[in-house]
Amino acid sequence: MTTVPAVGSFKAFAKAIGAGRLRSLMKRALRALVIPAAVVAIGMGAWYGATHFLLSPSRRFLLPPPQQVWSRSFSDPAHLRPMLDALAVTVKVASLGLLIATAVGVALGAVMSQARWLEGALYPYAVLLQVVPILAIVPLIGLWVGYSTSARVLVCVLISLFPVITNTNFGFRSVDRGLHELFDLGRASWLQRLVRLELPAALPSILTGLRIASGQAVIGAIIGDMFFARGDPGIGTLINNYVAQLRSEDLIAAVLLAAGFGVAVFAFFAVLSSVLVGRWHNSGARR
Amino acid sequence: MSRTARLVDTMHDVDASHLTHGVEVAFHDLDLTYGTGTLALHKITLTVRTGELVAIVGPSGCGKSSLLRLAAGLERASGGSVAVGTESVAFIFQEPTLLPWASVRRNVGLLGKLAKLPHDELSERVDAAIRAVGLTDFADQLPRSLSGGMRMRVSLARALALEPRVMLLDEPFGALDELTREEMQLQLLDLYDRRGFTALFVTHSVSEAVLLADRVVVMSARPGTIRDVVPIDLPRPRHRELRFDPAYVDYVKTVSDLLRKDDR
Ligand SMILES: Nc1ncnc2c1ncn2[C@@H]1O[C@H](COP(=O)(O)OP(=O)(O)OP(=O)(O)O)[C@@H](O)[C@H]1O
Ligand SMILES: [Mg+2]
Repeated sequence: MTTVPAVGSFKAFAKAIGAGRLRSLMKRALRALVIPAAVVAIGMGAWYGATHFLLSPSRRFLLPPPQQVWSRSFSDPAHLRPMLDALAVTVKVASLGLLIATAVGVALGAVMSQARWLEGALYPYAVLLQVVPILAIVPLIGLWVGYSTSARVLVCVLISLFPVITNTNFGFRSVDRGLHELFDLGRASWLQRLVRLELPAALPSILTGLRIASGQAVIGAIIGDMFFARGDPGIGTLINNYVAQLRSEDLIAAVLLAAGFGVAVFAFFAVLSSVLVGRWHNSGARR
Repeated sequence: MSRTARLVDTMHDVDASHLTHGVEVAFHDLDLTYGTGTLALHKITLTVRTGELVAIVGPSGCGKSSLLRLAAGLERASGGSVAVGTESVAFIFQEPTLLPWASVRRNVGLLGKLAKLPHDELSERVDAAIRAVGLTDFADQLPRSLSGGMRMRVSLARALALEPRVMLLDEPFGALDELTREEMQLQLLDLYDRRGFTALFVTHSVSEAVLLADRVVVMSARPGTIRDVVPIDLPRPRHRELRFDPAYVDYVKTVSDLLRKDDR
């Protein structure tokens, strides 16, 4: 980072590049770097504080300080390796689940939007999907599809389907009536209407649904890891193991990795929105 | 006659017998009652000859839009008949009604795409239509970066690219400022002189109706009936200067008086 120049030269500098531009430049730098860095620093400080002042040395193993998590877990390939492998499994499960939920959810939402009676017939099941606690049907899933990876994927699908369905349905229903009439007059086939009007018009809503669903899918994948441990372990499986073995450095490292995955997924969909619809729709625009 | 009558909707409101030679659009004894019970149009009989530009004026809510929607087949008559002598109809809505994610060029080409026109022919037509409305420099822009008047011109170009035989225009210039509006009127006149389509043009502006039309249809308040039809015998091509012609001013006065008969 640049150092702050002395007042006199600062004024000259500001004058040279235009005070307004300088101010906006500094504002942007502040927003992009300084503030997030400060938040991280405060978080680390709080973590330190909690470890050293809240916990007696005999209980410090409950929350080891950051540098210890780094030295005993992150920086040690023997510890990090299995975590990354497990994370890859979880990422695969969540992605596959989200992919299926997207295909099924967009299709169902689109079908529902075509007629009130279809919506009436299908919507209650979508709601059921949402209101039945996933943990309550986890045993059933285990019974029916076994305790392997496919059960984990199924949990992801079930937990992330609802936001995709409802947002797609909403998006299809909010297509401008005038545009529909334009397509009526152009004698558009249903496929032309779907591809050239309904899907693009509904895309901002669909993406909003996906953003919510992606978060759900991450949660679903980790829950799946925890309950369906057969096959390659996921990060959730490791978290369970670390708790059982009181390996708190590894536990915290694994939780941080899982959190990082969640954040990455969210950021991915934010960028996707901005690329796909940012040019014409406010929801995807950068503020 | 080789033309097939495009007969709107169900058989009951179809009566091709009114499409005699030289008639492009025929309303006969037309009634329209909406589902809400509103009687919007009552006993409308009107024939529009091929190549004729007919303007429709009337108080708000008298059923002008409904009449155009009937001609386009977007609404179904409750009595009487509508017949249109061609498949080739373009509707220009009061709002530009553009695809917000598509460039000007893609918007203008949309209807041709739906009709599966061959690629080369379509792209030629699209370029010509965009040129005709003076938007060549903006062909790759999205609608959101255009002004209201420019968007309306895109909508006009989209209709032109169809090279329609019949144009239905519903207050297309209603939302424009005076200057842009005048420019658009002259552009439409120019296109009309060159392309020779048949047009039904709804407007609130009496002076606009007289400037553009061969005949002005004056409608009464709801339920909409045709109060009078005023032929406008002014020479074509028509120019801006026509506005200062005494004959033009007389027509404007005649139509305005007919419109205001209700108020007393
Ligand atoms: N979809 C509809 N359902 C019920 N009533 C309608 C509908 N569309 C229009 N109407 C009614 O029909 C009448 C005529 O409406 P229309 O839109 O044709 O009038 P208009 O002459 O175009 O008015 P304006 O000049 O304000 O555009 C109005 O009284 C309106 O309330
Ligand atoms: Mg109207």
